[in-house]
Amino acid sequence: MSMHKLLIFAVLLALAVGSSGAFAQGPNLGKPIGPAEIAAWDISILPDGTGLPPGSGTSAQGASVYAQKCFMCHGENAKGGTNAALVGGGPITGMESVKTVANFWPYATTVFDYIRRAMPWQQPRTLTNDEVYALTAYILALNKLIAENDPMNAQTLPKVRMPNRDGFIIRFPDKL
Amino acid sequence: MQSKRSKSGWLEPEVVAGNGLLDRRAFLRGGAAAAGAMMGYTFVGSAAAEPLADDPWSKVPGGISPPYEQRSRYEEKVARTLSNPKGEPRTQHARTPHHLINGTFTPNGLHFTIVHAGTPDIDPDKHRLLIHGLVKRPLVFTLDALHRYPMVSRMSFVECGGNSAPFFSKEPIQASVQALHGLVSCAEWTGVRLSTLLEETGIDPKAKWFIAEGADAPALSRSVPMTKALDDAMVALYQNGERIMPGNGYPMRLLLPGWEGNMNVKFLRRIQLTDAPAMSYYEARTYAPVLPNGKAYQFYFLQEVKSFITHPSPGLTLKGPGFYEISGVAYSGNGRISKVMVSADGGQSWAQTALQEPVPSKAFTRFRTPWRWDNNPAVLQSHAWDEAGNVQPTRAQIVAVRGETTKVPPVTGFPSQHYNGITTWAIERNGEVKHVYA
Ligand code: HEC
Repeated sequence: MSMHKLLIFAVLLALAVGSSGAFAQGPNLGKPIGPAEIAAWDISILPDGTGLPPGSGTSAQGASVYAQKCFMCHGENAKGGTNAALVGGGPITGMESVKTVANFWPYATTVFDYIRRAMPWQQPRTLTNDEVYALTAYILALNKLIAENDPMNAQTLPKVRMPNRDGFIIRFPDKL
Repeated sequence: MQSKRSKSGWLEPEVVAGNGLLDRRAFLRGGAAAAGAMMGYTFVGSAAAEPLADDPWSKVPGGISPPYEQRSRYEEKVARTLSNPKGEPRTQHARTPHHLINGTFTPNGLHFTIVHAGTPDIDPDKHRLLIHGLVKRPLVFTLDALHRYPMVSRMSFVECGGNSAPFFSKEPIQASVQALHGLVSCAEWTGVRLSTLLEETGIDPKAKWFIAEGADAPALSRSVPMTKALDDAMVALYQNGERIMPGNGYPMRLLLPGWEGNMNVKFLRRIQLTDAPAMSYYEARTYAPVLPNGKAYQFYFLQEVKSFITHPSPGLTLKGPGFYEISGVAYSGNGRISKVMVSADGGQSWAQTALQEPVPSKAFTRFRTPWRWDNNPAVLQSHAWDEAGNVQPTRAQIVAVRGETTKVPPVTGFPSQHYNGITTWAIERNGEVKHVYA
């Protein structure tokens, strides 16, 4: 372990120990806040499913939401329009290969996380959790990553194995 | 400085490398001999200057000082170039015109910006910063509250992971340094260390990462190792002394000195400590450059040691033979720049450049060196080293590992990311500067 890392560990330890006691030293101007007040912003999903909300949706339900809210940019059957195709993708063989959900994304949870936080592009965070699960199921089923009738929810989504899961090399392991 | 007397009798600075590169100390010393040598050369054959007279603006009182100064109306061409000026549903990039500015700080109006769904118009009084997750107690901060915390200032470059992507093109794309390297800028940032705020929330020892999220439409989020949080991460509130520009994250942004631009989350509203990365869109998909074997780098994070010449560069045509200052910027996400060498003969011989003091860590350092152009074709390159011993690679070294395109991509495209290799400018006989590979 480098000196630098040792130092950071020492700080970590001091913070962990120190913070169990008083918080009196600093300005102390942050307001304590509870889970209910945080909920609307608490939208990050981890690959193990941490953060996934209650709710469920199927590909068939997703198809009708898609037709209303996504079709105009991502095209018919999600084959691409003015914005990216959400289905298909050839093998990744180099920098000119087009990255898609199916050929590149390592975790299915990212599909839920990204649609919920960022789509539809002009009206983000207007979809219900059921709609996001349904759209996620629609995209995964179109790509044959799940069966047509598999519902997506907090239990099933983290179990979806993405084809490119092991396609990555950590660039600087010592920075993690 | 070593000098010798030329035939005309002027003292001439020593040529230290091929094609007329001069000793870097020639200008720095600034002594009479050096100045004489410089001027002596340009005097040869030049006609006498015209008589001087007062211009109209010198003979009337001038304008009123405005509350917020604008630059001279003669400078309006010094501007960023926009990739999506109509705000269509896709990313917008605004690139810094490095060839039209000088020094080491990027003026706030010219700092590069990238937004994925427009720039939000945030009311600072309503903005909140939440810190939660694996902490002892979640806290929410107003901007007013953050202003009462101890602050720090530091210079730091911010560079998009996709800056310089045109260098992956199989053939050199003819474009300005702004188009090729315009997604990096440098500013002085002032704010509160993230570790100062974490002292008050406390840290659960299980926390290994934090997720940073913005208040923009796509709620852009990135995962960052906790080691960076406790090292030099900052919640930045000021940019070059004034509040952060809207496009750079008003009213607050995460600053991770030396790390990939996209991770320096703008419009920062939420920090969640976690035991694992979120694998958000931008880390799982976008900033994962693909290698020739089909595997992709994950968690690149670092912006590695790099330099490029801004003067001269494409568009800045040399006006006849004589003295020029070659200058550019060098920077490294690993620390300070220790040395920059410049070549005028395509890398056959190198001259050490003068580094402008101070040389800050993880920020722009301007290098300068005097050059006497003899009107023959020349090939300019710069090559940087950092204090950690990292050396800027050649383009060939990068391409050998990372590959290159089979077709020439558009100059605004991003075939791959994290290019920190050498840039080469060819000077043609007529003084035009071309982008070439060497
Ligand atoms: C107004 C146009 C528009 C609409 C409508 C829209 N999107 Fe998007 N979508 C975009 C843009 C633009 C991006 C790329 C964003 C970026 O790169 O930052 C994108 C990216 C995506 C991606 C990532 C694709 C990839 O492989 O990188 C997914 C998934 C996605 N959208 C899903 C949806 C879904 C589901 C809907 C409907 C709820 C939707 N989008 C509606 C414009 C749109």
